[in-house]
This record gives sequence, structure tokens and C-alpha cells, in this order.
Amino acid sequence: MSAQWPAIRMTVNGESRTVQAPAMKRLLDVLREDLHLTGAKEGCGEGECGSCSVRMNGELVNSCLVPVLQAAGATIQTVEGLARNGVLHPLQEAFLQCGGAQCGICTPGMLMAAAQLIERNPHPSMAQIREGLAGNLCRCTGFMRIFASVIAATTQQPESAGEGASDAR
Amino acid sequence: MSTTATTRIVGATVPRKEGVDKLVGRAVYVDDVAREGMWHGATVRSTIPRGIIRSIAFDPRIDWSAFTVVTAADVPGKNRIQLVVADQPCLAEGQVNHCDEPILLLAHPDKHKLLDAVGAVKIEYDLLPAVLSIEESEKQNPIILGEDNIIKSFLLEKGDADAAWAAAAHIVEGEYRTGAQEHLYIENNGMIAEWSVENGITVWGSLQCPYYVHKTLRSVFDLPDEKVRVIQTETGGAFGGKEDYPSTLASHAGLLAMKSGHVVKMVYDRMEDLAATTKRHPSRVRHRTALDKEGRLLAMEIDLATDGGAYSTLSATVLSRATLHSCGPYVCPNIRVHARAWATNTVPYGAFRGFGAPQAIFAIERHMDEIAASLGIDPIELRRSNFLHDGDRNATDQLMREPVILDQLLDRALAESGYYVRRERYAHENATSAVKRGMGIAAFYHGSGFTGSGELYLNSLAGVDVPADHKARVLVSNTEFGQGTNTILTQIAAEALGVEFSDVIMAPADTAHIPNSGPTVASRTSMVVGRLIERASLQLLAMLRQDAGLGERASRDAFFAACDRYRAAHGKVESLCRYEAPPGIHWDDKTYHGEAYGAYAWAIYAAQVAVDTVTYSAEVEEFWTVQEVGRVLHPVLAKGQIEGGVAQGIGYALYEKVVWQNGHMANNQMTNYIMPTAEDVPPIHVIFEEIPFRYGGYGAKGIGELPHDGPAPAILNAIRDATGVAFNAIPLLPEDLFERLGARQPVEEPALP
Repeated sequence: MSAQWPAIRMTVNGESRTVQAPAMKRLLDVLREDLHLTGAKEGCGEGECGSCSVRMNGELVNSCLVPVLQAAGATIQTVEGLARNGVLHPLQEAFLQCGGAQCGICTPGMLMAAAQLIERNPHPSMAQIREGLAGNLCRCTGFMRIFASVIAATTQQPESAGEGASDAR
Repeated sequence: MSTTATTRIVGATVPRKEGVDKLVGRAVYVDDVAREGMWHGATVRSTIPRGIIRSIAFDPRIDWSAFTVVTAADVPGKNRIQLVVADQPCLAEGQVNHCDEPILLLAHPDKHKLLDAVGAVKIEYDLLPAVLSIEESEKQNPIILGEDNIIKSFLLEKGDADAAWAAAAHIVEGEYRTGAQEHLYIENNGMIAEWSVENGITVWGSLQCPYYVHKTLRSVFDLPDEKVRVIQTETGGAFGGKEDYPSTLASHAGLLAMKSGHVVKMVYDRMEDLAATTKRHPSRVRHRTALDKEGRLLAMEIDLATDGGAYSTLSATVLSRATLHSCGPYVCPNIRVHARAWATNTVPYGAFRGFGAPQAIFAIERHMDEIAASLGIDPIELRRSNFLHDGDRNATDQLMREPVILDQLLDRALAESGYYVRRERYAHENATSAVKRGMGIAAFYHGSGFTGSGELYLNSLAGVDVPADHKARVLVSNTEFGQGTNTILTQIAAEALGVEFSDVIMAPADTAHIPNSGPTVASRTSMVVGRLIERASLQLLAMLRQDAGLGERASRDAFFAACDRYRAAHGKVESLCRYEAPPGIHWDDKTYHGEAYGAYAWAIYAAQVAVDTVTYSAEVEEFWTVQEVGRVLHPVLAKGQIEGGVAQGIGYALYEKVVWQNGHMANNQMTNYIMPTAEDVPPIHVIFEEIPFRYGGYGAKGIGELPHDGPAPAILNAIRDATGVAFNAIPLLPEDLFERLGARQPVEEPALP
């Protein structure tokens, strides 16, 4: 059976990987089942929640909507590829400091969306942050700590919590 | 008491305990687990709201020999999921009482074969008349549950609610409604089960309350305690939605595992999770209020009804909390609250953050604004003149022994929001603008922990131990699902033990290793369980001082050295404590009088809302929260709790509508059940006034549920302020605004500046 499936080569988190999978298998399932990269999550299966977000050839995609054949030859980055040599990416560090992750299920997708955003625009305005993250649903945080995390990552000032920052005393 | 002492770790912004695992994609959620030879399970569900199952046929185009099929006949123990009353079948027997009720289970090695197979099971029914709303249930024809369709009723009385009306200067009436709301945790419900004769049943899954699941499995599988094991996997949001439902799903996965002989995974997709699992109870609350000529409350008569769905589940306890929060944070000498939870043929409603309080608080806080409008007085001053203060008694005659600082919270909220300045400005601007802005507030309290005698009944046991690897461990059954349990409980233990935050970890949430410290619900973790961990840690220090030569003010190295000596002598280093009620807690379940809660968190929330009279959209533009939740254990996590709760509350008020079609949720997708996104949530300001509570963990009271209580009434009060129209039902969608405003106000172009 599997002999009939095409061999699909991709570069995933900097490594060349080849999978044999049905052409229409979702990239999300290939990442999770074939490559055992379970960071990307399925929240809705229809491209609404963004928790399966990964970067493909420099674009943010919902991996639940991408047939793996479409990823042939592509460069894929998942949340597992954000930290380098055990050092957290500035976004991961900021999410940790500013409370950007609560239950954590949207976090891998949110981080990829945020990474995409700040790579395109290293100093986004609040409106640009909101727009950049609008495809990723978080039910825990109300987004305020996530905005604060993105701002902290782009300014390297963890306590510049920005909009939504308040004054606990 | 340690509550006023300077602390090193409590109150500090330490990193979330499991934070790095979540940020690098290493945290293991149930769907991330794959076991060798694992099968997958699926559920065949009712497609009608009520009827007798006439026949079940299996389409011969499917090779059924490759499937495991489970029906109610395969249940070895009691075919019931019991939370309060044993009325809900684990799998339907003979009759179905709601759409999407589980009837039959299938398992197969290939999950992709299951969808077809579910569709190939043909069930025929003899339809029975269904009851689909509170009003239909009240007619008591047909009777669908018990003798009268009433799942539970409460009567709360204080003073003489009949005598006060004659003396009243004003009588104001109103009716307020709230809709169902979905938890919409981003991780759907999921469970993996393994069964063997020797070990009984083990489940791994996304859940809040390991011992609730444990209790259900014991009963469904008729097994002794030691043959049931429940292990929580990382849980991707819960909000109450994984309080009761995991008991059902664990039973289903377990039945398939037992019959198939394989490990079985069941993870719902979004459509199944939305259609088949619990939601927030819809409500209808009628207020009739007597006031004197100064606007002081003389009497409140409240008729509170909730839709409980087809089975009892947690409706009685949700109704209890609704009843106890229905009179608001006000002094009123004469009260009668008659509350009833009605059975309907819909998916059973269940726990959801706030647990009945958001419904009741929506009604009273909306009603206060209608009273103010009716009397022609300022809604702020109406509230202020009726606030509870320390020394007053609330609706259940509970004496407010602890400080009550509502006036201070209100002043702060007014100042922070610039309430009066903005109101005046918008009143002026609205006259010439198609966008009408307004300000609204809500005042409320939320009882922390289980109601009345509930905490004594739970009899929680929790503690700390220090295994030989030199990490102290927190031993609790309270789970992490984003709210910060792991972090705050290890902070408390590290603080009390005098070690570093990194020296303390959580013991695995596995019933084979942890005591029953009660469910992770009811805003009880910080206050009740946190206090147990604080006590157990101090008790451990005393043990080490007495038996292992630990000195006062010892270093962390000296602490672990003493642990080694103690372990060598006694075999293990462990300290457990059982719940003890704060003094003066008396509760009478019959009369509904006494100390309803050990403590209350207090808050004033304010909303600025813009209503566009061209598009009929209502948008929250800014939101302020001022609250007193005792000691804040972790400033960033605490802010996160408030902001997240407010966002859910905004969704509850303006976005989230469950559309019903003959008892089935018709919009069971994220495409058409709409929650607020990053572009919708306004700036949310979070302000804490801290008054440490003596009997809570390092002074903490409950925080988790509070923020869901205030947004909906504050927002609808702001819409009233903006438009002059009283909207008394949520969710309030553009079509609802259009219905009332469209007829009244001709569409006009925005005036040019």
C-alpha cells in the first residue's frame, strides 16, 4: 500500500526529511504522525483557530489545510524549530516572562504567527500585532499577555507590557 | 499567620512551572500520545431530541468483524455517569433524551475508517414529544424527568418579603435572559484507555478532576479503588468544560479498551465536541424590587430559572451558586429567591467558569441600572447607597466579618476609567454622531470555594513530600489547565519550606500517586488547596526540626540534608494536611442560611462601548477591572486570569450564540460559533487592591471565576447608556440591536467634524 504513495521531500526545521504519504494527507498529520513533531495542534480542522500554524516557504499556513503534496520541496518551520541549540527564541523568552502562554495549546501556532509577524515587521504597532495574530485564537489569555510578549520580544524590554498593562499593587 | 510577612517567592513573577515545555512544543497533550498497537474510538449518537430506539442496523457494506462495537449491554457495572443524581446513562438504553446522546461505541485500528462506520450504523426511533426550552418545560406536559421536570429547586428567604411592598416608594420589575455558551477550549476533549484483568483500567486524558473520573470509572466498571487509575495529560483549556464530561469520555474509551483488548484513543473533533459536550446553562431571571424614596432596597423577589438539559449532571450545584449570587453585593432586609433548574431535551448543561453566578449577576446588575433609570438617579449612587460593608449581613444572613471595600473599589474604577468625564463627553457627542458611546459598570462578589458545607464534605487531603532526588513535590489532585495551578502551588511550598522555586515540582497528576485534594473548580485552588500546601509545608519543617535536627532559618542545603536524615530514619519524608474550616462557618442546607462561602472576592468592572447605528455593531472599546481577591500570589498569572475571563465575558455578551435546531447545536464549528479574536478584544486594565485573607494560601482568595461575572452586565449597561434602550438578553448580536434601534432611529450619516 505505502509503496503506491509518493515520496515527498521537505526541509523541516533545517533538516531534510522524506515521507511516504498519501498526497492529500494533511501536512498537520504528516508532521505529527510521520515526523513525530507534535508541537502543531489541531483545534478545529478547518483553518479557523490557527493552532496548527507552521511556516512554509516563509508564509504562515494552517497546516490542517495543506495537502502534503503541496509541501513537496518546501521549507517548513514548526515550533520545535524556534529554539536553537537549547536557547529559547526571543519570542519564547518573552512569552515565558510576560505570561503569553497559559494552557499552551494555541501557543505553538501563536508563536509561529508572531515569528512571521516580527520577521516581516520588526517593530509592529499594536494594530499590526492585532492583525498579525487575528488568525490565531486563544481562549485563555484574552490576548493581552500575548500582545505584551510580542512587544517585549521586539523591544527586549520584558516589562514594557504595553496595551493592557496595568498596575497591580 | 504568614499572610502579612514579607515573602520571597509568593507575590513574585516566577516563570510558569511548565512554561518552557509549552513554548518549545514539548508538552504532551492527549492527542500527542501514540501507543504501539493503539486503536481509535468513535461514538454513534442520537439524531433526535427524544424517542424510543426501535432498531439498530449495521450496513453490510462495512466489514464489521474488524470493529469492536460496544453498547450499554457491555457495561460491567452501573450504566450511569453520576455527579449528583444517577440519571445519566453512560450509553443510552432503549430511549434517548437529547440529540447527540451516545448510543453505541466503535473502535478500529485505523481512525480514518471510523467516520464511515459511524454513518453506517442506522438507528430507527419512535419519536416522543420533546421539550426544548424553559417555558416548554414549565408547562410540565410532557414530563420528561422525574415528576415535574424540575431537576432542583431552592427557596432562599430573608425577613418578610411579602410585607415590604405596601411601604415601598418604588417597585421595579424586570426580566433578564442569558444564552448557552460554549467553553471553546482550543483542545477538544480526549482520552486514552488501557484495560487488563490484572491492573483494571487506566486512563490518560484532558481533564480537571482526576478523582471525579476515578469515581465514575469505579462505578461503571465495578472495580475497587486500586484497579482504577486516572492520569491527567497536559490540558489545553477547560473552563469547567472538563469538570464533568471527562467522566463520560473516560468510560467510553475504557469500555472500548476492555472489549477490544487494545489501548483505545478517543479524541473528539471540533464539531463533535461542540455538539455533544456541556455548555453554560441558559437562564431567565425575573426581578421585582421594592425601594424606599431614597433608593434603598426594601425587598427583592427573584424568580430564577435555568435550563438544565436532559440529565441532572451539575445543574443543582450550578443553581445553588446562581441563587446565592442573585441578590448582588447589596444590603436588603427582605428577600425571596425561588430558583428552579428545568429539564429539557438538550445536551446536559454543565460547569462553566462562574458556575451560575454570571447568569445571576447579569440579571441583578442589569436590573440595578433599570432601577436607577426608573427612579431617575445615578446608577453609581444607587449601588453605593446599597453596598454591603463589613458588619452587614448578606442574603443568607452571613455576617461580613472580613473587610469589604466596595466603596474603595468603586472610587478606583471611576477614577481609572474617567467614568463621569467620559459619560458627559459621550452624552454631548452622541447627539450628532451615528456612533453612540456609553459607559457602564457592574458591582459584584464571587464566593470562593465550595458552597456552604461543601468544603467539609470534600474533606480534602494535600501535602508535600521530598523524595531522595532532592526535589520537594506538591501532592495534590488539583490540575493545571492554563490557570497556573502548578506555579502557584509550588510557589507556596517553596516559600513555606524556605527553599528555591526551582527546588519544588508538582507530583504527577496520577491517582496512583496523589491524594484527593478535591476537584479543580470553584475558585478553590489558591485559597483552599494553597492553604493546605502552606500548612503541610510548615508541618514538614516542624517534623524536620523535631526529628532531624533542622535549625531555625536553615539554608536550603541544610533543609535537604535534614530530609535525608529524616528519610533514613522514617523511610520517607511526607507531610499531609486535611481541610479545616475557618472558624465560624455554619451552613444550613434546608433553610439556605449561614456562611455560604468561606470568603468572597469583590469587584467593580467598567466598560466603554460604542454602538454603530449604521452597522448595528456594538464594540467594547476599553475595559477596566478593579478587584480585591486577597493576596495576589503571582502578578502576571493573576492579570492573565482576569484578562482571559473578561475576554470570555465579552464573548458571552456580544458574540457567542449557540444556534439550536430541534435540540441540536446547528453552528457547531469555529466558523460560525464566534469568539472574540485578537482584533476584537479591547485594552483591558487590571487593578488589584490586596487584602490578605487569613485562611487562604498566603492570603489568597479565589480569582478564576470572578472575571467572567462582570463583563456582560457592564457592557449592556454601557449600551443602555449609549442608546437609551434597555437590552435585557445576551448574547446581544447586531440583529438584536437592529430590531430595537432600527425601528427607532433613522439611519443617518455620521456628522462631519
